[in-house]
Amino acid sequence: MSQDIVRESLEAPLGVTAERQAVVSSGATPGKDWVIVTRGIKREYDMGGEIVRALRGVDLAIQRNEYVAIMGPSGSGKSTLMNVIGCLDTPNAGEYWLNGTQVSSMTDDALARVRNKEIGFVFQTFNLLPRASALHNVELPLVYAGVPGDERKRRAREALERVQLGERVDHRPNELSGGQRQRVAIARALVNNPSILLADEPTGNLDSGTSEEIMKVFESLAEQGQTVIMVTHEPDIAAHARRVIVLRDGLVASDDRRSTFVEKLGIP
Amino acid sequence: MPFIEAIRLALQQIWVQKLKSFFTLLGVMIGVTFLIAVVSIVGGMSRYMTDQVVGKIMAVNSFELRSRPNINIGENSEERRRELRRRQRIRESDIQPVADALPPDVKWAAVGNDNLSAQTTYVAKPRQVQVFTVTNDYFDIKKMSPVRGRLFSPQEFERGMNVVVIGQDVATYFFPGLEPIGRQITVRGIPYTVVGLMEKQGSAFGISFDKFMVAPHKSPLNRYVNVHGVIDAVMIQTPSREGMIGAMEEVRQVMRARHHLRPSQKDDFELETSDSALEFWNKIKSYLVFAGVALPTVGLVVGAIVIMNIMLVAVAERTREIGIRKSLGARRRDIMSQFLVESATLSTVGAALGVATGFAFAKFIAMVTPLPAAVELWSVLLGISIGAGVGIVAGVYPASRASRLDPITALRAE
Repeated sequence: MSQDIVRESLEAPLGVTAERQAVVSSGATPGKDWVIVTRGIKREYDMGGEIVRALRGVDLAIQRNEYVAIMGPSGSGKSTLMNVIGCLDTPNAGEYWLNGTQVSSMTDDALARVRNKEIGFVFQTFNLLPRASALHNVELPLVYAGVPGDERKRRAREALERVQLGERVDHRPNELSGGQRQRVAIARALVNNPSILLADEPTGNLDSGTSEEIMKVFESLAEQGQTVIMVTHEPDIAAHARRVIVLRDGLVASDDRRSTFVEKLGIP
Repeated sequence: MPFIEAIRLALQQIWVQKLKSFFTLLGVMIGVTFLIAVVSIVGGMSRYMTDQVVGKIMAVNSFELRSRPNINIGENSEERRRELRRRQRIRESDIQPVADALPPDVKWAAVGNDNLSAQTTYVAKPRQVQVFTVTNDYFDIKKMSPVRGRLFSPQEFERGMNVVVIGQDVATYFFPGLEPIGRQITVRGIPYTVVGLMEKQGSAFGISFDKFMVAPHKSPLNRYVNVHGVIDAVMIQTPSREGMIGAMEEVRQVMRARHHLRPSQKDDFELETSDSALEFWNKIKSYLVFAGVALPTVGLVVGAIVIMNIMLVAVAERTREIGIRKSLGARRRDIMSQFLVESATLSTVGAALGVATGFAFAKFIAMVTPLPAAVELWSVLLGISIGAGVGIVAGVYPASRASRLDPITALRAE
């Protein structure tokens, strides 16, 4: 029964688009099914007197358990959007609702708490602490969550086992392969049970074999019910997601089911 | 982030960059080394002064009636010098009235003291000796006893016989390789029989306390030591500290009456206690302690600047780490405290090393000099807390810079 629900959300039915539009345009607090709702998000930078309009009014609605890829050419605003979704940056205008809470106007420290509890980052360059063991790297979010030492170690170990790295807890990043490093990063992202797993070009620094391996990890996480949002510029990586959002010039250009996206691109 | 965690992390960071950390904490280390060493040495000198020097010059619970201060403290104005010159001397005739005013359990001794030339038939060259003439209680008050021979008998005191006891240096010089007891030593043409050799008194600042000879007050020597019936001092010792105050008051009243002083006039004599000697020392000590604090301060300021610089470099080098930590949920204060703890730990480790080297330095001084260098607990605690304080002060600016970094920019840093 629950498996059916997951299936349904992975390949969203046609009625869903209307629902998304309704949530975005209603102006009310989104229901708890909606992990991410953005309403007219704008982000501008002042680059030495020249105003760069990275996001020019992005409307998005992402439900729990979705597996979404955000695509777009460079300069399309996808990195900025990821920073905003990841609460690393705040928009100049518009609303951003994460899990039914508006985060677009939060203070730095409040955003830090949200990042800690709700968001698990996976970066292109892994961003592990080079001198710390895999276990300690995975422990970090729990350290900032104030989880006591023993429980922290236990949960970090569990997270590493989830990504098949139970044997490598004491290795440092430079003693691990690229794929293993990225799996440590995924374990770190998952250890605090975040609402969203937010991946920024997760395969950008990996060869294609290892990329497939990482994509399988994402796949299985999505199947287990984890909401996954992945930013990438590679169509074949994006094709692993159930839903693909394409940005162009700071606006959403298209928002399709995977099947439609694959059809358009002509990927088998 | 929990405090212990932060310290562990900081120690790890120091351990990873051992050499760099060592140079970083060198300033603090030197500062604290100086602090500990100077405080220990001054403390040692203080004990030395109290136990050895002052104890040798003055006995416990004792005071001396003198015309002018023996231990002259600090700056004397021209007026004060003139006043001292005008003073009446203490005379033979003052001894008995003073002694009569004292309670029965109080010991007293009239003391005369001068440098006189002495000679023996065993050594060709005469030599200057500290000559004392004393009354009965002198040796008892000074806690001096002979290693060979004996002290004077009551008869010898009473009849002023030509007998002396001598110090170790006098024996070595005048009776080389000979048994001094029973032999004669001549001062101003009059021979005196040596009846006792006193135990070694030691020395202070290279000045020997063993170049002395003592004769009974009534012996012919007194004529040369206490010229024209003027005596140097009356030494008075009470059984307790409290009794001393009372005895001093008694002596004061007697002397004021004898000198016909009106109530408005100040005393024209001195009642010197060991406190007067200590006061002199305390004055020197306060200068030394000041130097002991001022010198390390320079080291600590330099240390603070170095630590601040190194921490700024560390923040720059670890920008990406800061970005990672922020992306994982570290708040400003987490980053702030991480770097503060790191710089505090760094300089506390420096201070601890400084305590160790300061300790070693003090021990070294104690080994090569007669000063008993005593490391005092308060200086150790002060050193360590100054160390931590310097670290915190030096760390505030770099840490706050780190905490203010924008996570996106920080993550992009190489």
